[in-house]
Amino acid sequence: MAQIRALRRMASLLTTPLAPEDFLALVNPLASTRQLRGVVTKVVRETADSTTIHFHPGRGWNAHAAGQWARIGVEIDGVRQWRSYSLSAAAGHDPAITVTAIGFVSTALARDTKVGDILFLNVPQGDFVLPAHPRPLLMLTAGSGLTPVMSMIRTLVPRRPDADVVLIHSARTAADALFRDELLELADQFPGLTVRHWYTREEGGRRLDLTDPTDLETLCPDWRSRAAYACGPSDFLDAATELWEHSGDDGQAQLTIERFAPVLLPGTGGAGGLVTFEKSDKEVEAGGDVPLLDAGEECGVVMPSGCRMGICRSCLTPLVAGKVRDLRTGEVHGDEGELIQTCINAAAGPVHLDI
Amino acid sequence: MTATLNKPATQGQSLQVRPRKPVLAATGGPSVRPAAAAHLSDADVERLGQELDAVRDRIIASRGAKDAAYIRRVIAVQRTLELAGRATLLFSKRKSAFFAGTAMLSVAKILENMEIGHNVLHGQWDWMRDPDIHSTTWEWDFVTPAAAWKHTHNDLHHTWTNVLGKDKDVGYSTLRMSDEQPWQPHNILNPAINMVLAPFFEWGIAIYDLELEAWKEGEKSTDDLKKSLKALGKKAARQAAKDYVATPGAAAVFGSGKQALIGTFTANAIRNVWAHSVIFCGHFPDGVDVFTEEEIEGETRGDWYIRQMLGSANISGSKLLHLMTGNLSHQIEHHCFPDLPSNRYYEVAVEVREICERYGLPYTTGPMPRQVGQAWAKVFRLALPPKRTATARINQAPTVRAPRPARASFRLPQAARVV
Ligand SMILES: Cc1cc2nc3c(=O)[nH]c(=O)nc-3n(C[C@H](O)[C@H](O)[C@H](O)COP(=O)(O)OP(=O)(O)OC[C@H]3O[C@@H](n4cnc5c(N)ncnc54)[C@H](O)[C@@H]3O)c2cc1C
Ligand code: FES
Repeated sequence: MAQIRALRRMASLLTTPLAPEDFLALVNPLASTRQLRGVVTKVVRETADSTTIHFHPGRGWNAHAAGQWARIGVEIDGVRQWRSYSLSAAAGHDPAITVTAIGFVSTALARDTKVGDILFLNVPQGDFVLPAHPRPLLMLTAGSGLTPVMSMIRTLVPRRPDADVVLIHSARTAADALFRDELLELADQFPGLTVRHWYTREEGGRRLDLTDPTDLETLCPDWRSRAAYACGPSDFLDAATELWEHSGDDGQAQLTIERFAPVLLPGTGGAGGLVTFEKSDKEVEAGGDVPLLDAGEECGVVMPSGCRMGICRSCLTPLVAGKVRDLRTGEVHGDEGELIQTCINAAAGPVHLDI
Repeated sequence: MTATLNKPATQGQSLQVRPRKPVLAATGGPSVRPAAAAHLSDADVERLGQELDAVRDRIIASRGAKDAAYIRRVIAVQRTLELAGRATLLFSKRKSAFFAGTAMLSVAKILENMEIGHNVLHGQWDWMRDPDIHSTTWEWDFVTPAAAWKHTHNDLHHTWTNVLGKDKDVGYSTLRMSDEQPWQPHNILNPAINMVLAPFFEWGIAIYDLELEAWKEGEKSTDDLKKSLKALGKKAARQAAKDYVATPGAAAVFGSGKQALIGTFTANAIRNVWAHSVIFCGHFPDGVDVFTEEEIEGETRGDWYIRQMLGSANISGSKLLHLMTGNLSHQIEHHCFPDLPSNRYYEVAVEVREICERYGLPYTTGPMPRQVGQAWAKVFRLALPPKRTATARINQAPTVRAPRPARASFRLPQAARVV
């Protein structure tokens, strides 16, 4: 290792102001450690609008724990775009993401990704992970919310004979249900896994009702005694949270949730203002409902970010002057030098950021 | 605009990107317009400003994958050439290897400084949001540190283009480049000094970027100057170590040390002379105006564009010439839109030229030998004290519009200024 470092130091004498990796990148795009990249190794169409993308990460990647997510960067029309995706592969395997096409980036990822493409990456993070000690589990998922749970199931079920997992997955139709065949096979093969599909748009289908425990009691009578994990759309998670809060009378019931989108207070936006990114020497006029993160990216500032929904704090940026509005609460705040979460704060008047 | 929404609640957001500088009024006008634009009314100038804004907006809206692929291709070619050039110099004991290696390294260095470095540092590629091709992270193969250059160049020169007393320069004390500058006996050395400056141009820029003038006048603190000196020292040491120690050192293993040293020195000198020439073509040829502070007082967006157009000169030529000049052959377009991707100036030029024609504004351009010749003629002419009677104008560069109103002609002292 020391020899490699010495060699690198010598080589950099010849390549300055660039690094030796910049030249190695001519032949191997994964050579750069300054920007973590992965090369796509396999693309699998899962349903009509979702695709699993397997990739081999370059140096600097950390192995993921089942249930974690990573920030994925992709170039669309020449512009780098970042979004977060749960890693659907089992822990210990090369990572994969399963993307459902619902918007700008997800559609491009799901439709256009080819084997050999380069993805930009950030290391896995998140604490939506399996419990430290074995316990009976209940997984409650809807739509693309199955992805982190799929990683947990793939990691746990085949390896632990003592696993006891009940999965309740809601999808529109059987054809829309992610990983359906694999899940049914796993359930066949391993007694520790029970899979209950719930279809909302099949004949006689309706939404899973979480406003009272009736549906749950039918699907999984001992749900209260299980460690529960939920991931899905906001309203689904809101209902689950409420149900667990009210039914956990013995204090036993435990629910861990993972959100894919922030809970924003509707109509919090005010007038906005001129946002100045001082180090980058850029200015943008941004509306009062535009996260500062989006505003910065729009004018070409390389903004730090992670979840883009106010949970990971990767986006913290020092405020130089001005006030910002928290889009989740509507609160206007901002002291000089305060670290601002740019993904969930918008300008409330002119704002200067130290980036 | 690309959709960057990530969540339902931010739908219908309004993002509007505006150029940072200058934030100028759309309407109104300065008390005096430059003579070449004196025939335009406030309304004309406002319309001209809108037309040029529209050109800019159209290019910005159409930036995309093709442009990104272009700059990546240029970077890949440049790095390949650089690698091949240095590798070939390892065997420069052989004459053919010496010439091939030096040629490749010279071209690589020219591309690196002009089409890549200069333009990346202008933020022309920031929109890609690739941290490796970004104005905030780029460092170039030039002695002056990128940060120092960005300040004097992007902030000072591009904002105060050709405004007397604001757009200052290193040549002030050494070269006489302006009829306005009183003649002093040492100005007889003008040509000699410029001849030395050309092959050592990067050092001239490095000294210029220290802003010694500003420090003498107390505008730059001694602390800041010390910081600048330290940054420059570090950068210069690494640059020198690469070209004059590491490369010849590696070549010495193959018995080519001395030749490799001559090769890297020559490559730097060729790049320097080339850059110096291109820069001279940008603001020195006849037909380029300078301005008074009075003329920029109350300047509108349209007037700002006019100043950029009157204060710059293009070089006409082939696609290869445009590439090798870093598209500074489109100096006029670059000064109007410093942060548009350089590969698009070619198409912008067609429209800007048409607009100039329509508004009766001069558009200075000419082939490189003539533009360089004019600049050098000026260096020689101004070495001598002014003749009282002479109307100090030699071979006027051709402009699109034939007759121009007579006007006072100031010249900025601007010897070592990267455009
Ligand atoms: C921790 C975390 C893990 C995630 N894991 C996954 C994953 O495994 N698979 C996956 O497909 N996505 C996942 N996401 C969501 C993903 O990051 C993007 O938000 C999503 O792909 C939409 O981005 P987009 O650019 O396509 O949509 P945008 O163009 O940004 O949005 C377009 C529109 O889509 C709608 N929309 C956006 N997000 C949602 C949403 N979550 N639910 C419903 N409608 C929405 C809105 O109407 C929005 O205006 C995860 C997000 C987080 C924070
Ligand atoms: S990006 Fe995660 S908190 Fe802002």
